[in-house]
Amino acid sequence: MSKSFVELNNVKLRYSEDDELALETTNMKIKKGEFIAVVGPSGCGKSSLLKLVSGLMPPSEGSVIVDDQEVTGPLKIVGMAFQNPTLLPWRTTLDNVLLPMEIVKPHRHRLRKHRAEYEERARKLLATVGLEGHEDKYPWELSGGMQQRASLCRSLIHEPDLLMLDEPFGALDAFTREELWDILQNLWMIKPFTVILVTHDLREAAYLADTIYVMSKRPGKILVERENTLPRPRDQETTFTQPFTDLVHELRNQIRDVRET
Amino acid sequence: MKKKTNLSKATPWISAIALFVLWELIVRIFNIPPYVLPTPSESIIVGWQFHEAIWMHAYHTLYTTLAGFAIAVVFGVVLGALVGSSRAIYDAANPLLVGFNSVPKVALVPVLVMWFGIGTVPAIITAFLISFFPIVVNVATGLATLEPELRDVLRSLGAKRLDILIKVGFPRAMPYFFASLKVAITLAFVGSVISETVASNVGVGYLMLSASSKFNMPLVFAGLLVIAVMGIAMYEIFNVIERRSTKWANRGNQNT
Ligand SMILES: Nc1ncnc2c1ncn2[C@@H]1O[C@H](COP(=O)(O)OP(=O)(O)OP(=O)(O)O)[C@@H](O)[C@H]1O
Ligand SMILES: [Mg+2]
Repeated sequence: MSKSFVELNNVKLRYSEDDELALETTNMKIKKGEFIAVVGPSGCGKSSLLKLVSGLMPPSEGSVIVDDQEVTGPLKIVGMAFQNPTLLPWRTTLDNVLLPMEIVKPHRHRLRKHRAEYEERARKLLATVGLEGHEDKYPWELSGGMQQRASLCRSLIHEPDLLMLDEPFGALDAFTREELWDILQNLWMIKPFTVILVTHDLREAAYLADTIYVMSKRPGKILVERENTLPRPRDQETTFTQPFTDLVHELRNQIRDVRET
Repeated sequence: MKKKTNLSKATPWISAIALFVLWELIVRIFNIPPYVLPTPSESIIVGWQFHEAIWMHAYHTLYTTLAGFAIAVVFGVVLGALVGSSRAIYDAANPLLVGFNSVPKVALVPVLVMWFGIGTVPAIITAFLISFFPIVVNVATGLATLEPELRDVLRSLGAKRLDILIKVGFPRAMPYFFASLKVAITLAFVGSVISETVASNVGVGYLMLSASSKFNMPLVFAGLLVIAVMGIAMYEIFNVIERRSTKWANRGNQNT
């Protein structure tokens, strides 16, 4: 077994001294290029988990290791996308996607000189998510689904080693959502990066992830780690096969047990 | 559609004219003596008679106001940026700012006169003191209300505080900033005129004070009208600048 890229060792998280634990002793090992999904009831600490791994928040106890280094501050290589697309309304879609290039080294020092090259790269990426021809529109001229696609591009443009997705498809209609699953899976298969996807949607987890973690309600704790060996690329047909529905069913039962205890 | 926009452009003029007509009528119907309340027509006629003096004083008031306002903008942006980007500075500065803003600025004019003598300097400083507060508050608010998710996105790319401020903070605070300029410029007029009235021998404030001591009420009102017109003109200028420079913030109501 190859060694892990992200490792959580006995991590606990408490938001304030007198508060209940938000995250109970958590251990995780994520391989490089692995696609994992985290599911669990609302308020169980999924978003907190992402913040811990990306170094935006220190754990109260235990340690987080990324790429053999203990995380002590915000990582500098992470791509992030949330349920809310958080695009900047004064920038065009293209400029929004290029935002990380203005911050991440070494691109920030190259961007001005090699502007055309970077724009080309952003346009290509936008085209893969179906936003060709919308590059010069402002976010408020795009639909919610289109904004979310742009947000996904922004999280990927700098080819991050680690991608954090916090319910990025949560606010979308079923068709757009499943289309974006395919887009994400494609991008990931071309050039695998490590993904941590937080989701409420068990089908989404079963469709995209290699490993699915089920968390308990607060204080959050990982109860089940379930491998998902369904062959890739997964497509619409996969979702109608017995192994897929069985998996979703199994996850559903686990979540139900979690909520009842 | 076109007609409607023409109408809405004319509305402010119509309401202004209506107000003047009403004023004129009330004064005439109730036979109010001019040393209590002059008619607008009288004020305008007298204003024209004295137009050279008024022009000189108005120019001076405008200059004083803009000087104070300019200082307020620079100071307000710097302080607003500090207050808005650091919780600690906010906690330290907030009570002081609120306290200071509650002090009537007219009470400070005698102090300023003691320090700087009578004339332009206290007027500029009063204009500055009275107008910087809304700029500080708005710039700080614009910076402080950044979505936490956006901050997380940037920080996890390795963005420093300054990066976040430049890339997101300032552009986001722009609409707030321009909105505050409109308020600040009118306040600056209040400040400079107050100070001119109390302690100066130039400016519209001084002109009005000396006119009232000679019981020339129409000239006092002519002065008031001049201040109002300058205030409206400046407000409109900043209104246009605001709309031009932060189009994205008005995206929801392009048609209104
Ligand atoms: N900044 C904070 N201060 C104090 N408590 C917090 C803070 N953020 C989250 N919490 C608490 O920590 C717990 C976990 O929150 P978290 O946002 O990680 O949940 P989640 O699993 O992402 O929920 P959801 O699925 O609803 O997004 C919650 O009970 C929440 O009330
Ligand atoms: Mg969450």
